[in-house]
Amino acid sequence: MSGKIFYASAGMGRKVRARALVASDGFSARYDLDRNRGVFSRAEHKLAGQGYNGRVLVLDAAKGGVATAWMLHEMTARRIMPAALVLNRVNPIMVQGAALADFTMISGFDLDITTAIANGAEVEVDPTAERPFIRLV
Amino acid sequence: MKLTDEEHAMRAGEFGPLRQWAIEHQIKVGNYLGADDFVAVGQAHIMADTESLGASGVAWLEHWAALPHRERQVRIPTITDPRGTDFAQAARLKQQPWMLELERRAIAAFEAFGVLMTNTCINYQTIMPPVRGEHMAYGDTGVVIYSNSVCGARSNFEGGPSALSAGLTGRTPRYGYHLDEARRATLLVELSWTPRELSDWGALGGVVGRLAGDYWQVPALIGIERVPGADEMKHFGAALASFGSVALFHMVGVTPEAMRIDDVIPAGQTLPTHDVGEADLRTLQASYAKDIGAVDVVVFSAPQLSLMEMQSLAAMLDGRHAEIPLLAVTSPQVKPDADRMGLTTRIEAAGGIVLSGMCFYQSYAREMAEANGWRGLATNSAKLANILGGYGYRPVLLSMEQCVAAACAGGKLGR
Repeated sequence: MSGKIFYASAGMGRKVRARALVASDGFSARYDLDRNRGVFSRAEHKLAGQGYNGRVLVLDAAKGGVATAWMLHEMTARRIMPAALVLNRVNPIMVQGAALADFTMISGFDLDITTAIANGAEVEVDPTAERPFIRLV
Repeated sequence: MKLTDEEHAMRAGEFGPLRQWAIEHQIKVGNYLGADDFVAVGQAHIMADTESLGASGVAWLEHWAALPHRERQVRIPTITDPRGTDFAQAARLKQQPWMLELERRAIAAFEAFGVLMTNTCINYQTIMPPVRGEHMAYGDTGVVIYSNSVCGARSNFEGGPSALSAGLTGRTPRYGYHLDEARRATLLVELSWTPRELSDWGALGGVVGRLAGDYWQVPALIGIERVPGADEMKHFGAALASFGSVALFHMVGVTPEAMRIDDVIPAGQTLPTHDVGEADLRTLQASYAKDIGAVDVVVFSAPQLSLMEMQSLAAMLDGRHAEIPLLAVTSPQVKPDADRMGLTTRIEAAGGIVLSGMCFYQSYAREMAEANGWRGLATNSAKLANILGGYGYRPVLLSMEQCVAAACAGGKLGR
């Protein structure tokens, strides 16, 4: 599967390469994370207890409220943050937060991206390409 | 995005560096989400508690607040969501001095921008409800969904940086719920049971939110047996937005854009349809803290309590006494009325604590839990129950009366 590429409909931020942390579940910085420890803290989340620092998070949809718009900036300032967010569906808050924090994010695929990327796979995310993509490396 | 001459001038820095940053931020967001141009907005509403901002966010605000006066002033009425504390009660919550210092610094920065520190998430009940068709840049999911759905206004979720940008530029990118085509229903929910308690309206919002699944879905509900009141709509909408990230719903025959089902579902179109009844709500309620026999704290918050909710709570507490902390969180607009009408005195005489201008989950909930030894928490807010699991709490969703009973029984749950 190495080299396989999946194109997104939109992206922002910088090109990154890191290991993927994948789940068919949502994402909200306020609802799901212990940002001090850098782990998923909501017991019901499929990634509960797992650390996200430096990982490319591959998840289904943006969830929850508006706090993520500030929290991505705060996480970035403390350097305990994912390397990138890859989502099937965003909400405006994720986009606003990524724009403020200069955070790497891509979204919108022809398939369910959480089933296409294996957990732990090394991936490259390039939002700067003409067609933003995530690629297995 | 297509820009006007004034927008080009802002982008070029002719209105100062802050407005230049603001419009550049909005263009980034608008480009990502497919906006063709900007739309003028009547108000902005900023969510910016300092737990979300962090020290870096506060420093970022202060950097801009140091600009000359004319370069930093908002252009339209710009108000705020709840803060991270009630300064008068912070010691009782065991909030730390560093939290209060961050709050003071953030407030000073917002005041330097000319922002009105309303500190409320129920501005549609207390400040100025929007008018049907009015474009807004609101920054609290509960405010957005109520304003879009019940009032017929037009707003997306505007996080703090984007709401501040809208305040500074007087506009927002035209995408999502500013557009007619995004406001049509995408799923149909047929109700066989109409909730009675506020907690049940919240549970209904939770069930429908999970069915909807993401921001771009617009549920249309049919089968409501009566017109819900403002507090019922408030709890329903807040939970729907929380569980589903949903920003707009229609109730056929009730909400202004859906007087008839054909108004929101074009003729001949078939939508995914879901049947929802009382059993679905009870299943959601039962999913919280199944094996918990007692709670450590009772919280009424998220959204802040209206005057009528304060009255209900005071009446339920008359002649009783809470044996564990019971927190009632309201807005700075409701609190003086509650004081003047004796509601605050009645709640506090029964051992309750009335808090103003904050919201429980926006007030360092994790640190409050650790400092006070709180883990089990009873609330009548489905939204609060949905949020607090990630902060280490074991929330239980009960009616207001059941919450009061638990508080007066030393936390023991009588379910």
